[in-house]
Amino acid sequence: MVAITDQLIDDLAHLSRLTFDDAEKAAIKTDMEQMVQFVEKLNEVDTTNVDPLLHITPNQNIFREDIVEGSISREEALKNVPKTDGTYILVPKVIKK
Amino acid sequence: MLSGYTAVYNATVVDRLLAEGAIIIGRQNCDEFAMGSSNEHSAYGPVLNDADNTRVPGGSSGGSAVAVQAGLCMVSLGSDTGGSVRQPADFCGVVGLKPSYGRISRYGLIAYASTFDQIGIFSINIPDAALILEVIAGADDMDSTVSQEPVVAYSSLLSEERNAGKKYKLAYFRQALEHPSLDPEIKSAITGLIDRLTAAGHSVTAIDFELLDYVVPTYYVLTTAEASTNLSRYDGVKFGHQTAEKTEDLTAFYKKNRSEGFGREVKKRIMLGTFVLSAFYFDAYFAKAQQIRRLLSQKSQEIFNNYDALISPNAPCVAFKLGEKQGDATEMYLADIYTVFANLVGIPGISLPLFRTNDGIPFGIQVMSDQLKELSLLALSDQLMQSEGKH
Repeated sequence: MVAITDQLIDDLAHLSRLTFDDAEKAAIKTDMEQMVQFVEKLNEVDTTNVDPLLHITPNQNIFREDIVEGSISREEALKNVPKTDGTYILVPKVIKK
Repeated sequence: MLSGYTAVYNATVVDRLLAEGAIIIGRQNCDEFAMGSSNEHSAYGPVLNDADNTRVPGGSSGGSAVAVQAGLCMVSLGSDTGGSVRQPADFCGVVGLKPSYGRISRYGLIAYASTFDQIGIFSINIPDAALILEVIAGADDMDSTVSQEPVVAYSSLLSEERNAGKKYKLAYFRQALEHPSLDPEIKSAITGLIDRLTAAGHSVTAIDFELLDYVVPTYYVLTTAEASTNLSRYDGVKFGHQTAEKTEDLTAFYKKNRSEGFGREVKKRIMLGTFVLSAFYFDAYFAKAQQIRRLLSQKSQEIFNNYDALISPNAPCVAFKLGEKQGDATEMYLADIYTVFANLVGIPGISLPLFRTNDGIPFGIQVMSDQLKELSLLALSDQLMQSEGKH
């Protein structure tokens, strides 16, 4: 089985845009060990020459006319924004001096 | 994460119900981002089973199941990614229908795993489920994954089909009924039902399903991968939880927002999903699970070329006690063993409340049919409910 190291947890946490304090990290490490062991079972199945299934319906390329619809107003769009000046969405400064 | 969030548009299903004069009563509790089988992973606290308040209602759509069980409403909606409508319906003694993948538009539904998610219906009887399905199903410009197949008049055709008194060709998985995790009381109830069905002139055949023990791991690899992708939108900028703490850069800001906003079960699944999608492990887990999904899909086609429907338990046990399954990270996952097959292969499944334990705890049976064969599924279900005296 894949070894779940502290380094692996750190890498996955970064890719997931999550942080864990020491206690949480110990817990997630145990959880990951149990979960990876659980899905490891799939290796027992012989899948030689089996193509991966990517789509479960025969539907392909469902298009509609390119007409603007279903849009919401700026006021509505900003309704759930945590920080806004009423026109823009505010985020921490991204360009350093 | 979404505390205080106000929807700025209606889901297609809600609009279609309103257009037919339905009265929307309220919102219902469910496991956070639909991740859970017991309703214990909700920021609002767990819903209690109305048959016994010390027991869970199932999940994730536990609130929707109890709302119908307790008579708060006639019909409610939930979402079913791996059994989240059928299993709580089973635990609460109501009807729970998960239609085929793509039968109902998902516009307005929060995405968990996009190749699995489907909106489902809770009701007290089959005609109500048929009527609601007829109203909410069908093509929608706002969802390109929905099936373009015309909607059948489920409601009116149901009574015609019922009166035809059709004899069905049914199958069940031998390994499902013989599984060591299955509660003996559930097994004997289903065995008894099989005997009555055979006596009534239906054929019921045991078929082999060697992959049963692989369906849950396959399901968790694929759904966590899709969830880690779908949940990347929760960055705390446009909506959702935002940290009160000062952060030095944008990445730290995203991390803080997400780590404060998501609950433990959600973080677990995002981490596993990121793991199986990461370049080094992709082929060993994600591609492997996709290959097994094809084997399952082939199995499903083979079954429905020969049989009208597949019957199965909904869950290995009846509604368990609150806090009972909190040990191993995967203990609760195995409770999905009978329901995830339908989501993996995109077929409809329905939970029928036919039985009670000696202690009065409800449980039922699951019936599945081929993709987009909801009418046949509902007609058979109606016949089963009638013959078992549940009307």
